[in-house]
Amino acid sequence: MTITEQHIDKELFPILEKVSDPEIPVLSIMEMGVVRSAILEKNMAKVQITPTYSGCPAMDVIGDDIKKALSDAGYTSEIELILAPAWTTDWITPKGRRALEKYGIAAPLSPKADKDVLLHGKQMVKCTNCSSQNTRLVSQFGSTACKAQFQCNDCQEPFDYFKCLK
Amino acid sequence: MKENLYKYILGIADNSLVLGQRLGELCGHGPSLETDIACTNISLDLFGQVRSYYQYAAKIKGNNATEDQIAFLRKEREYLNVLLVEQPNTDFAYTIGRQFLFDIYHFLFLTELQKSHDLNLAAIAKKSLKEVSYHRRFSSDWIKRLGDGTEESKRRIQEALDSLWTYTDELFHQTEADKIMVSKNIGVDTPTLKETYYTEVQTILSESTLEIPESKWFQKGGKDGIHTEHMGYLLSDLQYMQRTYPNMEW
Ligand SMILES: [Zn+2]
Repeated sequence: MTITEQHIDKELFPILEKVSDPEIPVLSIMEMGVVRSAILEKNMAKVQITPTYSGCPAMDVIGDDIKKALSDAGYTSEIELILAPAWTTDWITPKGRRALEKYGIAAPLSPKADKDVLLHGKQMVKCTNCSSQNTRLVSQFGSTACKAQFQCNDCQEPFDYFKCLK
Repeated sequence: MKENLYKYILGIADNSLVLGQRLGELCGHGPSLETDIACTNISLDLFGQVRSYYQYAAKIKGNNATEDQIAFLRKEREYLNVLLVEQPNTDFAYTIGRQFLFDIYHFLFLTELQKSHDLNLAAIAKKSLKEVSYHRRFSSDWIKRLGDGTEESKRRIQEALDSLWTYTDELFHQTEADKIMVSKNIGVDTPTLKETYYTEVQTILSESTLEIPESKWFQKGGKDGIHTEHMGYLLSDLQYMQRTYPNMEW
C-alpha cells in the first residue's frame, strides 16, 4: 500500500503524457501526479490513478480519457483508483507548476506559507497576471474544492490559488 | 458478511452523506457567492469521502450491492448518522454552527481513524483528513466573524449554538457495533475524544466572545436509526432521483 515512487512503463509514458486534466486542460495528468503506476503485461496496460480531492468529479473522466488514449494506441487497459498514499500537491511537477501559473492559477506554497496565507492573511501568493505579492484572499474555496480565490490589489486581477495539500 | 464492520462504516459515512446533502441545499442559495461556493465545495468533499466508504461497504455486503443502493435506497431507520448533521439550514448561523460542531469532531475522529487496523478505513481517513482540515478552518473562521461581528450576528450564532448544543453529546455515543470495532482495533474509541472536543470548541467560542451553551440534557438516537422529524424530508429529496429513475448512475 505504500508505493510512493511512480512506476511508469517507458512505452506508456508518451501516451499518458498526452492525456490532460479535464479541469485544467494545459496540464497533463502526468504533470499533475495523479498517475501512480502504469505497467504493461503482454498487451494489457494496468494503470493506477489517485484522486486529488475525494470528491474530484474529474476522476471518472480521467479514467475514461486514459482508457481511450491507450485504446487508440492499441492497448487494452485496466484502470484502478487507489487512495493510499494520498495525493499531495508535492507531486505536481515543476513543469506542471509553470503550466498552472501560465494558465492563471497560482501554484501551491509550502504547508507553512499556505497556512500563513489562508489563516493569517499574509501576502505571499503572487498575482498570476502581474507577479505582485500585494494580493488578498477572497474566499478559502474557489472554483473547485482544490483552489482558493484571490485578488490582486495592484492590477485587480481575480485568480485561483491551488491550495497546498500534504 | 461482516455485519459489525458494515454497520460501523455506515455510521461514519452517513454523517458525511447527510451533512453533504444539507450543504448541497445551499447551492445557488448561499448568503453570498463565496459562502455559497464554500458550502457546496465542502459538500463535494464529503460526498467524495462517502463514495469511498460506500464502495467499501458494498464490497463487504456482496450480492452485487452498489454504492448507489446503499446511499439512496435505504429506509430512514437504516441510516445511522448523528442527529446533529440532519438539522436544517434554519439560517446561515445554524449552517455554520452545525458545521463547526461537526468539523471539530470530524477532524479528531479521522486523526484517530488513520491508525485503524483496517487498511481501507485508514487510507480513507488519511485522504479525508486533509480536506477536513480546510473545513474546520472555514467554519471556525466564521464562528469568530459572526460571534465577534455585529450585535445581530452575535445574537444569531449564539442562538444557533445554544439550540444545536443538545446534539453534541451523541457524537461520542457508542453503538454495539462501535464497541466491537474498537475491541478489534478497527474503530475509534470516541469517548476518549470527548474532553479534547469540548476544550477545543470552548476555546474557539471564547475567542469569538460567545458563551459556552449550558446543557441540561442531550438528544440521541440517530446512531440507532431513530431520527428527528427533519430526516424524512431530507431523504425524500435525497432519494427522489433514484426512486423515480431506478438504477440511474451517480
Ligand atoms: Zn496583479
